[in-house]
Amino acid sequence: MNFINDDIFMAEEKFEPKITCFVCNWCTYTGADLAGTSRLKQQTNARLIRVPCTGRIDPVFIIKAFESGADGVLVSGCHPADCHYNTGNYHARRRWIFFRELLKQVGIPESRLHFSWVSASEGKKWVDVVNGVIDTVRKEGPFEDYHKVNTEFAFPEPEEAVCS
Amino acid sequence: MQELIQAAQAALTSKEAAFIIGYALTPDGKKTRPFIARTPDEAAKLVFNHTCAHNLAVYLTRIAKPKEGKMGIVAKGCDTRAIVALIQENKITRDQVYIIGVNCSGVTADVTLPFGADNLPSKCIMCQVQVPPVSDVLVGTAAPYDKPKDAVTERMQLLEAMNEHERFAFWASEFEKCIKCYACRQTCPMCYCEQCIVDKTVPRWIESSASLRGNFSWNMIRAFHLAGRCIGCGECERACPMDIPLMLLNRKMGMVAMQQFNYRHGVNPEEPTLVGSYNMQDNNEFFK
Ligand code: SF4
Ligand code: SF4
Ligand code: SF4
Repeated sequence: MNFINDDIFMAEEKFEPKITCFVCNWCTYTGADLAGTSRLKQQTNARLIRVPCTGRIDPVFIIKAFESGADGVLVSGCHPADCHYNTGNYHARRRWIFFRELLKQVGIPESRLHFSWVSASEGKKWVDVVNGVIDTVRKEGPFEDYHKVNTEFAFPEPEEAVCS
Repeated sequence: MQELIQAAQAALTSKEAAFIIGYALTPDGKKTRPFIARTPDEAAKLVFNHTCAHNLAVYLTRIAKPKEGKMGIVAKGCDTRAIVALIQENKITRDQVYIIGVNCSGVTADVTLPFGADNLPSKCIMCQVQVPPVSDVLVGTAAPYDKPKDAVTERMQLLEAMNEHERFAFWASEFEKCIKCYACRQTCPMCYCEQCIVDKTVPRWIESSASLRGNFSWNMIRAFHLAGRCIGCGECERACPMDIPLMLLNRKMGMVAMQQFNYRHGVNPEEPTLVGSYNMQDNNEFFK
């Protein structure tokens, strides 16, 4: 049995947001890699998921991230006209124009979902974008609305599916 | 309705159409239900009245395509938008369908109550196509009817006025009711995927239990898949046994299509679909 009231400890601890980033292989992932090899300082709240192209990012991924407890999501890829597959980011952009509005309509604020174009040579820009997103979400606090959806009514996942 | 029956019988007799998807009376004679007539005799049962609210275009992708002849369909003006949308999405071609257009004087929102200004669905209140814009043969007469204020528009404004937490709470209370019956999907003419994303289990993208988490993702993704494609027939909301106001999501997506792209799906069969195409000048303001 756990006699320690976790909540008391949690309240004293500073809130650190969890940010899920979906980044394309050719530009932003490489840009983030450059930031690392250049030893640029960045906050460590971001978890990167590498996908072949922004066109591969199904909006269901973003919902899944919120379901898995993300406080914010960042989506990033090659600049327009720079896509490795020529048009993947144009198709993606058009989908997100709809998806953003849909999220706003159900009450998921813009501050939870961010978009950027970061090229392979923009290590510095990546650091600025990530730090900016992390700061914004930290100020917003935990995404309690969605966390409630995840915990209050959901059936528990089977044991083996839990990885932490 | 003799005109409708004659048109259907003529199409079946001449073998132009292999069958006619239309409406027939329910056994109690008070309402109508979808009905497929395959012979001229069966076509005598076809009717059209204020209770013909269904959008029959949903059957065009569900039914086996005939080897000979076209798929005949009785379509109101609003239903033809679904047919054109299916043509745009390459699900059917124009020469596979034989459209018996019916001039429409409005249908009921609740088919068990009498027709009138207080029993009109949103689509009839906003209707601009009482005379079907596309058809192979046109029957019936379109009578004007009183159009009250649109309830969906009013609810949209209420939702607009809420802050994000209130809006989220509103949808949580609505989605909580969802029982995952998928009636909204089954009745939608544009939901024709052979395997719906919600039925995929490896990986399971959307929780299939009727928990709030799964309901949120299901309803958001359903609305998103219809973004720029929904033709506003309102059948999803009408079919929903839990009265979830799905049109508040669909309408929003339609507004984005209109405001940002000046686009309406199902109007011009030649036009490329909105989400299937792109433009280099699309809104780029939300990117850092
Ligand atoms: S989403 Fe609803 S309103 Fe839109 S086409 Fe499908 S059934 Fe009709
Ligand atoms: S909800 Fe999406 S995946 Fe399912 S049938 Fe409709 S469009 Fe297809
Ligand atoms: S029809 Fe209504 S209750 Fe059924 S799955 Fe759709 S939203 Fe849920």
